[in-house]
Amino acid sequence: MSNIIKIGMADLNTTVSPGILTTLGLGSCVGICLYDPITKIAGMAHIMLPSSKNIKNNSNKAKFADTAIEKLIEDMVKTGANKIRLTGKIAGGAQMFSFMNKNDIMKIGERNVQAVKEILRELKIPIKAEDTGGNYGRTIEFHSDNGCLVVKTIGHGIKRI
Amino acid sequence: MDDYFKNINSIVIDVLKEVGNIGAGNAATALAKMLNKKVDMNVPKVNILDLCEVPDLIGGAETLVCATLFEIKGDIEGSIMFLLDIDSSKTLISLLMNGYETKELDDFTKSALQEIGNILSGSYVSSLSSLSGLNIKISVPSLAVDMAGAILSVPAIQFGQISDKILIIETEFSEGADNVRGFFFLIPDYDSYGILLKSLGVTNYE
Repeated sequence: MSNIIKIGMADLNTTVSPGILTTLGLGSCVGICLYDPITKIAGMAHIMLPSSKNIKNNSNKAKFADTAIEKLIEDMVKTGANKIRLTGKIAGGAQMFSFMNKNDIMKIGERNVQAVKEILRELKIPIKAEDTGGNYGRTIEFHSDNGCLVVKTIGHGIKRI
Repeated sequence: MDDYFKNINSIVIDVLKEVGNIGAGNAATALAKMLNKKVDMNVPKVNILDLCEVPDLIGGAETLVCATLFEIKGDIEGSIMFLLDIDSSKTLISLLMNGYETKELDDFTKSALQEIGNILSGSYVSSLSSLSGLNIKISVPSLAVDMAGAILSVPAIQFGQISDKILIIETEFSEGADNVRGFFFLIPDYDSYGILLKSLGVTNYE
């Protein structure tokens, strides 16, 4: 299908109905999906790190939860979405490898999810659904016609949230 | 040093290539000893890629891969990852266990792969250690079998704190007609990268 837009790692994009946004193989990264149900404008960001603060090389806005959400909302509003109507769905934030001594970098998935939730709460964007954590990768598809998020995994089934 | 690969010069690439070559050579020797067979190795390819290009190298973000991750401790810190595609994993198991055929990776074969990863990465790290004169130790391995994109997000995130690019050493082993394609990812921490290069005699990397 031609109306599928692929979002890479540290990338974001928006679409309108009937467009589909997808990101393949989310691991510890988090896929943030925002949706305006009236205009059917959808946006997706694939973030890698919780915060752009304290990081020297932070020019890529889509890499960090704080700057990516801000940029995503900005882009969606530009295409006609209303910020007040936005709702969110999130997926990802897995811990792919487990170690006995859990240092910060291994818990990055969990920290990413926390950061995204906090930022969305501050912006008063309700999280309608989430599929986060675990130790497995996810491919997600966000359908702009109905706001449905399809989560596919290897060995852990397919979910529609 | 905003982006540590921005000004990377050919000397640094050559040094890293040589490290990769010697490290992978030692890993091949270790593999040959373990299999009790002659193992050939191609000259490793050293790539510095954009983060988003990495999954395509292995065949797409959704390709099933098998990876062993270790933490590095000592004079330099960071991690090292050894990644195999699923066919290579099965080939390795078959070589190791005299033609054992694997349909699905179970606990038994996963444990075997973890051990192979351990031996290969261990010999890689020990050659890196003796080349650089640095004291480098690796942790117990952790194995994951999942989508390439998801697994690669781990080194990508660690690199992502300092750069949009990642260093990959690709090595290919072969035993007779069987080919095993593996990737080593050396992921030093921000400070460790400089320490490593300096100890290898590169001073003008900035």
